[in-house]
Amino acid sequence: MSEKNTKVWTIAEAANGKLKSVSYELLARGRSLADACSEQLVSVLIGANVSKAELTTLIQHGADLVISVQDPALEAFIVETYSNVLIDLVQQMKPNIILAAATNNGRTLMPHVAMRLHTGLTADCTDLQIDLTTGDLLQTRPAIGGNILATIKTPNHRPQMATVRPRSTQPLPADPSRTGHILQISLKPELVDKRVKLLSFEAETADESNLQDSDVIVSGGRGMKKADNFQLLHDLASLLGGKVGASRDAVDRGWARYPQQVGLSGKTVLPKLYIALGISGAIQHLAGMKTAETIVAVNTDPNAAIFQVVDFGIVGDAFQVLPELISRLEERKS
Amino acid sequence: MLKIIVPIKQVPETGNVKMDPETGTMVRDGVVSIVNPLDLYSIETALMLKEKYGATVTVLTMGPLNAVKGLKEAIAMGCDDGYILSDRAFAGADTWSTAYALVNAIKRIGDYDLILAGERATDGDTGQVGPNIASGLDIPLATYVRKVNDLDLEHKTITVERSVEEGIETLQLPLPCLLTVVKEISYPRLPTLRGKKKAKTVEIPVLTAEDLGLNREFLGLKGSPTRVVSTKSPKVTRNGQMVTIKDDQDVIEAVDALIAFLEERQLI
Ligand SMILES: Cc1cc2nc3c(=O)[nH]c(=O)nc-3n(C[C@H](O)[C@H](O)[C@H](O)COP(=O)(O)OP(=O)(O)OC[C@H]3O[C@@H](n4cnc5c(N)ncnc54)[C@H](O)[C@@H]3O)c2cc1C
Ligand SMILES: Cc1cc2nc3c(=O)[nH]c(=O)nc-3n(C[C@H](O)[C@H](O)[C@H](O)COP(=O)(O)OP(=O)(O)OC[C@H]3O[C@@H](n4cnc5c(N)ncnc54)[C@H](O)[C@@H]3O)c2cc1C
Repeated sequence: MSEKNTKVWTIAEAANGKLKSVSYELLARGRSLADACSEQLVSVLIGANVSKAELTTLIQHGADLVISVQDPALEAFIVETYSNVLIDLVQQMKPNIILAAATNNGRTLMPHVAMRLHTGLTADCTDLQIDLTTGDLLQTRPAIGGNILATIKTPNHRPQMATVRPRSTQPLPADPSRTGHILQISLKPELVDKRVKLLSFEAETADESNLQDSDVIVSGGRGMKKADNFQLLHDLASLLGGKVGASRDAVDRGWARYPQQVGLSGKTVLPKLYIALGISGAIQHLAGMKTAETIVAVNTDPNAAIFQVVDFGIVGDAFQVLPELISRLEERKS
Repeated sequence: MLKIIVPIKQVPETGNVKMDPETGTMVRDGVVSIVNPLDLYSIETALMLKEKYGATVTVLTMGPLNAVKGLKEAIAMGCDDGYILSDRAFAGADTWSTAYALVNAIKRIGDYDLILAGERATDGDTGQVGPNIASGLDIPLATYVRKVNDLDLEHKTITVERSVEEGIETLQLPLPCLLTVVKEISYPRLPTLRGKKKAKTVEIPVLTAEDLGLNREFLGLKGSPTRVVSTKSPKVTRNGQMVTIKDDQDVIEAVDALIAFLEERQLI
């Protein structure tokens, strides 16, 4: 395809006027791709209420240009409108690569856009490289329940688009001396799609919210024996600044709620520390957590499959280990 | 009456997925195929709406002819009829090409009020086909729907709760529209005896690329914008440090060792 469509774009996400950390993670990915092919890195923000000072942080984290389309009509994420806006920008400026976050909104917007632009979209990538001879983006992603890593490219269609798994990379440190431009583009009224209405929004305050954003996850399974025992997991999680997750078995028994389920039919998580207590390590559970940076497990069965993926394993009773561990961590705190 | 279409995918049962250690590909021989487990929730949602408001529920799949089995399972659960898109030309389709075929099949099936898709298929695992279809049909979309609050037949609107990382949105969409649903929405029912009888006798029409007048350029591996260039199985085993607790004294030592380990990795 055309050699001239050579810009790397990342799609920033914001909530309540604050950019989400994944916006900076995408810039770290985009920077290395843009540098590899000596291109400009552009960060696109579609939304409302994000200040110029906040947008400048995108430049500090690697963007050369920030394109900002902000309007009160973009305050709610209505996919039809966001898709119209992004497609309009793409058609005018012809980027070569677009990276978005594999968040619920990113995973909704990007396939909507890909269908209409008639181009390829690779889901939930954990690695991105560029083939310098062809300019093809080599997009690597886990599939089949994490059993394989597939490398995918989009050879004949542009832009090449990928969603990138949040927390799969670190943002670059902010560099206040970096310079760049902010281009404010006003929303064309004809791009607003009024069919869908956001009636209300309720912020999730419960403990299980943002399991995927948490650095530490303490998960329990059937070996926790009953709902009350999950309190021990909450105690440990709060000492470690983490959240409580669960196996499907524990969710099915009502000891934890579905948003807490880790695995093939639940969440895929990538924390710095994952602690599994009374979880056997079924392949469907491993699918959701085996790429965690550090994995610790406690299980009475020395042959439990979970021990194959641990960095530290204790063969023993969770009800002996947990109280001891909790009291030791409390001691350290005080 | 309300017309609901549920696209479902036939997937390998991953509980017993075996990887070929040499080639890093999936061993397909002897692998049983099942209805994508997450599609059981969209089927259930359709059946709940059918019970509450009255509806016909049509299941639709694209895949090899033996995927009819999955459609029949859905009919045994209470769906009314099914269609299969099956043609060699579809083989190797990516999400764009899959959605292109499904969009045209849905247009052919005709009148519908609601399309209910799964959150994602457990094999390809992209979660893209649902949003692709809504975009291709230009009908409103809500993803990650965890609850249907209300369906207003008079004003032809549906109100749903959508999960996002920060909380829950309540959205109102006009019909026809497409929802992708998450597991929280329901608990799938089992097939009934009556349903099974119906599934045995029901005719499942087969739609081919030609029947739908599809552009061959857009089909299958050849018509797919994305291409899988290589696969490998990630290394699973980490050979971690192990300690075993035999008596009470061991508990203290094990926790000591764990704390030392967490300190070393700067996790505490
Ligand atoms: C299509 C499909 C999708 C699935 N999706 C998921 C998913 O998303 N997430 C998921 O988790 N599962 C999923 N499953 C289910 C999965 O196969 C397992 O059944 C489930 O993970 C088992 O949960 P568990 O480890 O809590 O229970 P078990 O397998 O019963 O394990 C309990 C463990 O606790 C240990 N134990 C018992 N007592 C103690 C004690 N006192 N101290 C320490 N250890 C103790 C036991 O040794 C055992 O290893 C899925 C299955 C299918 C077919
Ligand atoms: C290892 C691997 C990686 C892949 N990665 C990508 C990728 O990154 N990008 C890409 O474009 N393609 C990719 N594909 C191809 C993709 O799996 C196929 O296009 C597949 O037909 C649909 O995608 P999915 O399995 O992800 O379904 P999803 O999009 O996850 O399915 C969501 C929902 O769409 C409906 N649906 C999906 N397929 C069908 C069907 N055949 N019939 C009826 N309804 C259906 C169901 O309601 C389902 O619940 C990959 C394939 C493999 C083997």
